[in-house]
Amino acid sequence: MKMAEKLQQLGERVPKRQQSLPKTLQDGSRIAVIGAGPAGSMFSYFVINMAEAMGLDVAVEMFEPRHFCHRGPAGCNHCGGIVSESLVQRLATEGIMLPDDVVQRGIESYTLHMDVGDVEIATPLMEKRIAAVYRGNGPRNSEPLDTCSFDRYLLELAQQKGATVVHRLVTDVHREDDHMCVHCADQYSQNYDLVVLATGVNSRLMETLESQTQEFQRPGRTKTFICEFLLGRKVIRETFGPSMHVFLLDIPRLEFAALIPKGDYVTLCLLGDDINDELMERFFNSPEVRNCFPGGTIPAQACHCYPRINIKAARPAYGDRLVFIGDSGATRLFKDGIGAAYRTAKAAAKTVVFHGVSAENFKAHYAPLCRAINNDNQMGKVVFGFGSLVQKSRFARRGILRMTANEQNQSDRPKRMSGVLWDLFSGSAPYTDVFLRTLHPAYLGSLFWNLLAGNLPAGMIRNGHGRSEERNHVEH
Amino acid sequence: MANLGKQYQNGEVIVRQGDAGKCMFVIQNGEVEAVAERNGREFRLRKMGPNDFFGEMALFEHETRTATVRALCPTHVLTIDKKNFLGGIHEDPSLAFRIVQTMSHRIRDLTDRLAKYEEDSQQN
Repeated sequence: MKMAEKLQQLGERVPKRQQSLPKTLQDGSRIAVIGAGPAGSMFSYFVINMAEAMGLDVAVEMFEPRHFCHRGPAGCNHCGGIVSESLVQRLATEGIMLPDDVVQRGIESYTLHMDVGDVEIATPLMEKRIAAVYRGNGPRNSEPLDTCSFDRYLLELAQQKGATVVHRLVTDVHREDDHMCVHCADQYSQNYDLVVLATGVNSRLMETLESQTQEFQRPGRTKTFICEFLLGRKVIRETFGPSMHVFLLDIPRLEFAALIPKGDYVTLCLLGDDINDELMERFFNSPEVRNCFPGGTIPAQACHCYPRINIKAARPAYGDRLVFIGDSGATRLFKDGIGAAYRTAKAAAKTVVFHGVSAENFKAHYAPLCRAINNDNQMGKVVFGFGSLVQKSRFARRGILRMTANEQNQSDRPKRMSGVLWDLFSGSAPYTDVFLRTLHPAYLGSLFWNLLAGNLPAGMIRNGHGRSEERNHVEH
Repeated sequence: MANLGKQYQNGEVIVRQGDAGKCMFVIQNGEVEAVAERNGREFRLRKMGPNDFFGEMALFEHETRTATVRALCPTHVLTIDKKNFLGGIHEDPSLAFRIVQTMSHRIRDLTDRLAKYEEDSQQN
């Protein structure tokens, strides 16, 4: 069965008839966007923008039960809240500037913590181009903040463009003749020319859709852990600074761990293969983590959640008059989920405005981006596989620490390892690009030398390259 | 609350006429002026504020900067890499739409100024 036909079956309760309405947007076409996170809001923004440019008048309704003005889980989209360097630049090019009250902190360096030592990797341009943001309106029980959440800001941008927000919970989406029908928990029901699914992976709607047809597979998921620590701006400035702290620790199933400073709070983000209590206990008990906090004591958690993230794309991510974007469709493995939301939202908007809303249109103009993201994720698995090997090998960690520290100490030196780590941590470059750079002979030669030099006793290496002479890192 | 980009103080030069350029800039907050230097004299081309961009010609040409841009007050400016920009356009050509639109406005503005200049020359 063709991919295009698979979602045709989705929730069909009325026998299929010959479709009569054109599968392109017309004046007065109605679009339902389910979910007003970054993917939904950016799709609405771009589709109205492009339709206007083409002289089309379309109505966009965004279904979102939350308001993003409540503190705690009720107003939050449960995410670490990092807007990557590449996305900040693309949004700025689009004319979407992140206001000061949305950016909780501009990140200008990464500090890598390992059992063999720490090293700070400065941004290549010495400029703050990574934004730490809140996805909601602040942690549970926090004081009212004089800030705006990233999601609320994007939602307001979409509203300013002309999208309307329907504060209802969508419980079902199915096809009826040549329309898509959206049903809500309060029995509200409406027909649309196009439905855009942007609910993320933590929504029951995806489960409902999967149960309605054997052909549709919702995205593969894994459990993560996110929590907030209240430390106050002064303490954060003195202990964390404008640096995101990442950890490469020998803890099984832990792929990535980061402490992200934001305003009065620090956000901890643990990614891996089903994060559980045992893994968290090992993480919190490790000295590398404890030493990041004042007095070596982990403070109480102000707010925490166990959101699931997409680790495998939905199949298929489109059908007639139906498209899945952001985490509901395809996203990047572990990194830059907001960037993938932007890319899929814009690709879907371009497809529906300039080509049409049929499965064939999405297959020709939207699916290639999803495929590119999925293919890059395969390379991402290889890159994280190498990361897991490094996690297990103290020998490798010493070499990486030495190579990175030397590059950071010498401004005129090519920053091969620093660049690889920077792009890996920040999600600013495709995994394929990161992987190919690790195959460069100069990178491999330097890594080999540093593996040797980093593991020889101090004093055996001459000419200022000895471990004892590195200055911008701390060895444990 | 925090700013993105790099901060420049009042009077500080962000790009200098004649320098090689590999990036463009987007103003996050504050104000800048673009000035052209000819025969030791400066001519103000335009003032720019939040969300305006400059230095975009360096992304499309291998020429040097055509004007000096400096901050008129404490200003945050975000750098857009040539690699990131061209990579983005390769994936999504519509990313260039706003830049093309602004460059079109600037050509229209220059055409108006040129016409006015010609008119003034003929009258004198």
